[in-house]
Amino acid sequence: MSPEEPLPPTDHLAIETHGLRKVFGSKVAVRGLSLEVRRGEIFGFLGPNGAGKSTSIKMLLGLVKPTSGHAQILDQPFSSVEVRRKIGFLPEDFRFYDWLTATELLALHGRLCGLTPAQLRDRVPAFLDLVGLTAHRDRRLRGFSKGMLQRIGLAQALIHGPELVFLDEPTSGLDPMGRRLVRDIIRDQRKRGATVFLNSHLLSEVEITCDTVVFIKQGEVIGSRDLHSSPDGEVHVYVRAHNLRQEILPALSQWTTSAELAGETLTISTRSIDALPQILRFLVSAGVDVFEFTPRRFSLEESFLKIMGEDQGL
Amino acid sequence: MALWIIARVTFLEAARRKILWTALLAAAAFLALFATGMHYQVRDAHFTRVPPVLRYQILGSILQIGFYAIDLLAVLMTVLTSVDTLSGEIASATIHAIATKPIHRSQLLLGKWLGFAAMIAVYVALVFCGVLSVGYFIAGVRLPGALEGASLIYLECLVVLTATFLFGTWFSTLTNGVIVLGMHGLAFIGGWLEQIGTVTQSDRLVTLGILSSIIMPSESVWRRASYVMQSTAARSLDLSPFATRSAPSGVMMAYAVFYLLVALFAALHHFRNRDL
Repeated sequence: MSPEEPLPPTDHLAIETHGLRKVFGSKVAVRGLSLEVRRGEIFGFLGPNGAGKSTSIKMLLGLVKPTSGHAQILDQPFSSVEVRRKIGFLPEDFRFYDWLTATELLALHGRLCGLTPAQLRDRVPAFLDLVGLTAHRDRRLRGFSKGMLQRIGLAQALIHGPELVFLDEPTSGLDPMGRRLVRDIIRDQRKRGATVFLNSHLLSEVEITCDTVVFIKQGEVIGSRDLHSSPDGEVHVYVRAHNLRQEILPALSQWTTSAELAGETLTISTRSIDALPQILRFLVSAGVDVFEFTPRRFSLEESFLKIMGEDQGL
Repeated sequence: MALWIIARVTFLEAARRKILWTALLAAAAFLALFATGMHYQVRDAHFTRVPPVLRYQILGSILQIGFYAIDLLAVLMTVLTSVDTLSGEIASATIHAIATKPIHRSQLLLGKWLGFAAMIAVYVALVFCGVLSVGYFIAGVRLPGALEGASLIYLECLVVLTATFLFGTWFSTLTNGVIVLGMHGLAFIGGWLEQIGTVTQSDRLVTLGILSSIIMPSESVWRRASYVMQSTAARSLDLSPFATRSAPSGVMMAYAVFYLLVALFAALHHFRNRDL
């Protein structure tokens, strides 16, 4: 099988959790995680430090036992060992026995996933090539940089052609070329029909890679955003004009969710991009001389900061 | 299948540990010293005048010192190579890449245990044959019960290994090492108390010794090994401080096996249920 071999299409959910909760002593790490991840989508899992992301991922992977709640992965109980045959996982800061060569590491992980010697003969070189480590195939991991370890970690997560891939901070330690490689690999996974569960602090990466994101805080989902199919998402508009007056703001409220006037600058927010022509017509009819009218969609980072609120410190 | 994959990689991992090679070097240095000492003892002018029967028993008793030394080395090597295999990999999160594969945690732990057990078997076989060879080729001594003695030394190492695995599922590497070596030390002191109690006919000392063997039976397994490798004459002559005056019974050996199995089961149970 090549790294891009497609998976059979399916409409089921890849992950479904209900009230997943984890308490360590008196500390509630995950309050009650309920989420759904569709098969074949690239799913972003976002939250500030200490939000319970790592614990949530560890619960889904069977590394940490939940205090309560339940979950299904690929239509099987998440605690099932068999389901892990269909799962790949790149841990944050991947590390392994440093006396193994890159080839030996992939062969070991492939064997653990049930690949036959014939399959390993094909796949090990193919996946070393995929992550750009062919030239280092016989080098021991102890000589690898952090970026190279991330690359070989990514290869071990994918070598068995998993249906669901968990990537925990896959681009940490990678240079811009490495980040682009990861982006391309994630897109290849989507093309072959795999689901990718991505935990990353690099919101710009998430924004251009993911289909859907959820925001998690104190172990609960507090918001979500569909990054492709929501043209009606909130839009910011920056207006620079003469004759702007406080009196026009109440009239604008029929289209806007917020409006802020500062001298010759008006900043408004609206839920629908369709309202923009009407707003512009209203301003002109009210005698405002408009020099600039620039709509700007909320970036993921702005959404993140808005949803999470002020940094309360750790 | 996964069990054997883990066992194989653990064996290879253990075989690459510097501590194993250090223990092998230490054993080689000891054997060289021991062989030299035995060589000169055999050719000593005064010693050659000792009656042959007594001379043979004395040389056999000197061999016990050799076995005692390699037994201690084997126990130390067992603890030091395996002490961080669970706790270290959990602390560094190395275990995450393996534990998320389609493999039961019990297979993971048993595979690691088998890998170390195989490595220890090779080590014990090598150093035991080394001492045996010194005795046979230099002193011409052929020990009774050598195979049984070697098996018991191996059992002692397996008991220590399993205790290291058990505490490795609970504690950090350092704490685990302190606990296991501390328990072995306790058993060592208890063994001597039992021996002294036998000589002085002090029931309380003997009871203390037995209690320490129940807490950690490793030392009593060694004393049984030492006992089976002595001839009846050597036992009665008390020619070395390692001559066993009160040999632990077969029941105690059965207890050591039972202890090993219970510790392994407890390690499996806790490892299966703990967070990684």
